Amino acid sequence: MTVPKRIGKISFGLISPQEFRRMSVVKIITADTYDDDGFPIEMGLMDPRLGVIDPGLRCRTCGGRPGECPGHFGHIDLIAPVIHVGFAKLIRKALRAICRECSRLMLLENDKRMYLEQIKTLIELGQPIDDVVNKVFSEARKPKKCPYCGASQKDIKFERPLSYIEDGHKLTPSDIRDRFEKIPDDDVKVMGMNPDSARPEWTILMVLPVPPVTMRPSITLESGQRSEDDLTHKLVDIIRINQRFQENREAGAPQLIIEDLWELLQYHITTFLDNTVSGVPPARHRSGRPLKTLSQRLKGKEGRFRGSLSGKRVNFSARTVISPDPNLSINEVGVPMEIAMELSVPLVVNSRNMDALRNFVRHGSEAHPGVNYVTRSDGRRVKITSRNCEEVADMLEIGWKIDRQLMDGDIVLFNRQPSLHRMSIMAHKVVVMPYKTFRLNPAVCPPYNADFDGDEMNLHVPQTEEARAEAQILMRVQENILSPRFGGPIIGGIHDYVTGSFLLTHGERRVNRREVMELLKKLPVSDLPPPKGVDEEGRPYWTGKQVFSHVIPEGINLSFRADFCMNCDQCKEEECEHDAYVVIRDGELLKGTIDAAAIGAFKGKLTDRVIKELGPSVAAEFMDSMTRMAIRGIMLAGFSFGIDDEDIPREADNQIQDVVKTAREDVQKLIEAYDAGELEPLPGRTLDETLEMRIMQTLGKARDNTGSIAGRYLGLDNSGVVMAVSGARGSMLNLTQMAACVGQQSVRGERIHRGYEGRTLPHFRNGDLSSEAHGFVQSSYKHGLSPTEFFFHAVGGREGLVDTAIRTSQSGYLQRRLINALQDLEVNYDGTVKETRGIIVQFKYGEDGVDASRRDYAGPENVHRIVQKVLGKESS
Amino acid sequence: MSLSHKDLLKRIDELPLLQNMKDALHDDLAEVEVTDEEFEAIARQVVEDFDRAQVVPCEAVGVVAAQSIGEPGTQMTMRTFHYAGVAEINVTLGLPRLIEIVDARKIPSTPTMTVRLDGEYARDRDLAREVAWSIESINILHLGSIATDLAEMNVLIELNEEVMAQRKISVEEVAERLSDVTKLAVGRPDDYTLTLTPKEPSYRDLLQLVEKIKNISLKGVEGIKRVVIRKEGDEYVLYTVGSVLKEVIEFEGVDPARTKTNNITEIAEVLGIEAARNSIINEANDTLREQGLTVDVRHIMLVADMMTCDGEIKQIGRHGISGEKVSVLARAAFEVTVSHILDAAIRGDVDYLKGVTENVIVGQPIKLGTGHVQLVAKR
Repeated sequence: MTVPKRIGKISFGLISPQEFRRMSVVKIITADTYDDDGFPIEMGLMDPRLGVIDPGLRCRTCGGRPGECPGHFGHIDLIAPVIHVGFAKLIRKALRAICRECSRLMLLENDKRMYLEQIKTLIELGQPIDDVVNKVFSEARKPKKCPYCGASQKDIKFERPLSYIEDGHKLTPSDIRDRFEKIPDDDVKVMGMNPDSARPEWTILMVLPVPPVTMRPSITLESGQRSEDDLTHKLVDIIRINQRFQENREAGAPQLIIEDLWELLQYHITTFLDNTVSGVPPARHRSGRPLKTLSQRLKGKEGRFRGSLSGKRVNFSARTVISPDPNLSINEVGVPMEIAMELSVPLVVNSRNMDALRNFVRHGSEAHPGVNYVTRSDGRRVKITSRNCEEVADMLEIGWKIDRQLMDGDIVLFNRQPSLHRMSIMAHKVVVMPYKTFRLNPAVCPPYNADFDGDEMNLHVPQTEEARAEAQILMRVQENILSPRFGGPIIGGIHDYVTGSFLLTHGERRVNRREVMELLKKLPVSDLPPPKGVDEEGRPYWTGKQVFSHVIPEGINLSFRADFCMNCDQCKEEECEHDAYVVIRDGELLKGTIDAAAIGAFKGKLTDRVIKELGPSVAAEFMDSMTRMAIRGIMLAGFSFGIDDEDIPREADNQIQDVVKTAREDVQKLIEAYDAGELEPLPGRTLDETLEMRIMQTLGKARDNTGSIAGRYLGLDNSGVVMAVSGARGSMLNLTQMAACVGQQSVRGERIHRGYEGRTLPHFRNGDLSSEAHGFVQSSYKHGLSPTEFFFHAVGGREGLVDTAIRTSQSGYLQRRLINALQDLEVNYDGTVKETRGIIVQFKYGEDGVDASRRDYAGPENVHRIVQKVLGKESS
Repeated sequence: MSLSHKDLLKRIDELPLLQNMKDALHDDLAEVEVTDEEFEAIARQVVEDFDRAQVVPCEAVGVVAAQSIGEPGTQMTMRTFHYAGVAEINVTLGLPRLIEIVDARKIPSTPTMTVRLDGEYARDRDLAREVAWSIESINILHLGSIATDLAEMNVLIELNEEVMAQRKISVEEVAERLSDVTKLAVGRPDDYTLTLTPKEPSYRDLLQLVEKIKNISLKGVEGIKRVVIRKEGDEYVLYTVGSVLKEVIEFEGVDPARTKTNNITEIAEVLGIEAARNSIINEANDTLREQGLTVDVRHIMLVADMMTCDGEIKQIGRHGISGEKVSVLARAAFEVTVSHILDAAIRGDVDYLKGVTENVIVGQPIKLGTGHVQLVAKR
């Protein structure tokens, strides 16, 4: 293995005109690009010495072909110096700070020394020096007379975009350059510049670098016409003006014309560097589109820095739609055959794998698992086809590299955008499958935040042994079950998994032999447990709890309240009559119901305990078995939800109507009291606000009451209730809205007031404060909404949509800033957290050095458990 | 043979554990008889587990912290809710508040203080109310009404005798304060009426004068617009709209140690940077918890420490941490790309490629996590 080369540092600086001439490979003098035969013109903007883009040509500087030659810079000699826009501010400050006669920085020697000292210390500390430098400039501007030569100073006015006016006369770039040239090196240092890499006069251009053609390739349109890059267009302008300027000057044209041309040259160079300078009209393409010049290429999200350098494109990746497959392990991903045959893993032939690899090669590239390419030891690559596969297989030698198609067991990275946390990219094992979608176990949806309504995901194949090892050890799904955010399981049952376990384990659900076999079909079970009992007809039966105990690993002891705990005034714990208190002894589910609180994502207490006591491998197995059983549990029971599940009996409907009616009357009474001036304002609130709050309260209560009425008639035989109660999906509120009453619609936490003056819709009287005029929807979704209710509902719904849209952009920016600020922090071997400057941010990470995802090991709970375990065992 | 209580205590204390783990051990073992071997077994397992919980070196804790705080941001609400329990005071919550905290804004959009009281004051409602009134900034509308008399071209202020007595402010004080600020003579036609006449008899000046008078703080702390008293447990607590920590903690009856504000910059000024760091942690934690999101404190601590480690509160962003990074490339890749490069050229900066972004840009492995290891295999 070769020792990898590393870039140690990158220095920034300005390039002096002399140095640039030395670096340049060609002096550009003509504005033409290609001749009539389509060959680049020498000394033109497409000179072959600048690099090549046309296939078949070779670079005249390095001899490289297109793609090999990185390109080389040329230059244009400017007839007169021109200011670099980016430094306009600096030039202004420097002009004002130096003497107009002797060009020395107008500070006393002592002060200079002091400031220099300050700058040096700040650089050593890695702090910004801007404040000191600005101080230097503002102090040096003050003297009316130069402390060195005694010349009196004149005020220099700056006019946008690039004029420096002294005493009514415009300073030409040549004048400025002359002044800057005389500044002594020591003074330059005090101005915060490094004279070795950046002399002030270099901010005024004498030579313009011409970027290589590879940076500004011309494209050939379908019509055969060439279309040049924006930069080339701009360079053409610059050369033309430069030439005209030269001709005019040589011909001795009047000063006025010279000045005009100078300004024009300045304009073109300014827009070449930055086309968005305020005060300078942007240079435009013939079509009127502003040109994209140098600064625009670097800036912003799609710019060079953020778009091309920080975000790179990769090979060996695939993207397609995802769909669920509960029979896969959480560690696996189903990959379509077509994708598997395209992606490959590089393998090096050695004496031990020779035969196996030869076999792969024999498959060719059309039979899976085949080989797409073979790289010989001299670096030549051979594409494998059905025709040459036998031949190549026979030739195979030690040291060759083959690109084997993806097959079962390969490790790949799987990712879904937006990648908000590290669990958005995890390593899975490949299972090659038919059809065209990626398949994954729905239990891993929460970390990816994925669903199957058309989501697409990306897959990457690591190409080196180190990368595969890292993926396998650090990034596998099972290693990421615990979220570092809160130290709990982020992977767990969702939707049907929760419903399935609930249906299976709630109460004393009896299952017969056949059903038990079905449930345990996909689990590694060799013996059935003894049946719980015998039913009336003498056949043995088992309970759901008994069957579920099979997936719980041995040695787990746990008791907790289930998600559907009713929060009784006094918890009877193990005696709970709702079967909502879970008791697990040595992996046996004795009491309680398994629901979201046990196995759900984000809150699964059982998952949590399994992974923390028995490790990720056991936890992954547990998740696999649990999901397989739960999905069979729900299929066994049968589960559906339809429109008639929202039906409630007539009497319930009547009660709801009564509640709504009284609420409406209560609101009316409040309004009457308000009109009569009898309403007592709440402290610190106006009368209007008080009324609104009271109305909101009344109507909120009414909605809750209708909900509880509906809830009384909707029992656990209702699928919606099962889902809400077990924590699988939805809430009782959703059911209330469907079956009983939708309730008050709100905008910004208040009733709906917007619309016409004094009323929300023309259907109401001016000043009507009643419930129905301000967005109270008394119907249920099942019942259907009246036109005005429908409108108010849309208003409330729209607010939610707008809210989400704004929130995503805001939180995205917050996240970007946080990551950018903190990304360089890491824990050192001594336990401290340092940033790149070497400054210690924390002496001990998190004050106790505990990893957030393993924090429970360092908690008092764990201590109690250990004590109990040790003492309990020894005493028995 | 069981260990003596004193022995046990000593041995627990000697273990390399956190205090709360020691306390737990102590609680558990205080009541029972423990033999030497049993204790050894317990101690071994506890210490083993504690070691297991430690962060591994090279862990990229910064990114994990940023993700742990940023990711739940998508689940937060945008709305301003009422303060928990105190319906009278609106406080910014949710995502906007979180952004406000990491932005290190000089003044939060809804500054508020929680003022806790000392001894008697905390228990006696009347005493608490007295403190509240002395803190609350009073303007003329609290004390009476203000009107313009167009015939006389003057401003007429009628004061309410009862309220004046309640708020412990005399007519003389009001008059004096008004003339101090407006630089006008204050007339007093009768006991509870005051008049002010603008210099120029114009309607505009008259109306402007009324507005000006309305804004004059007559008594109390300027900037505290409202004070609400609430009973929490068995003590009265004051909540304020507006925040002037420095002045309020000086008041008689206020417990300065338990009084806080949500203005972090103010805390840094009055109580110092460590207090500000704690306050960032508390505020961010409260904001997240209020939204029902659990985020480990360690992540928030890291953000707070990063913001305060230079001795002043720095923003997470362009004008703070990200803008002051040593690496030119990292700064250029964040925001305001071009000017960072131009400035770097002028200064002759050198980028030593120590951070993450820089190395990604030049295409080499980053020096975090597994990339931190510098050993290379020798051929």
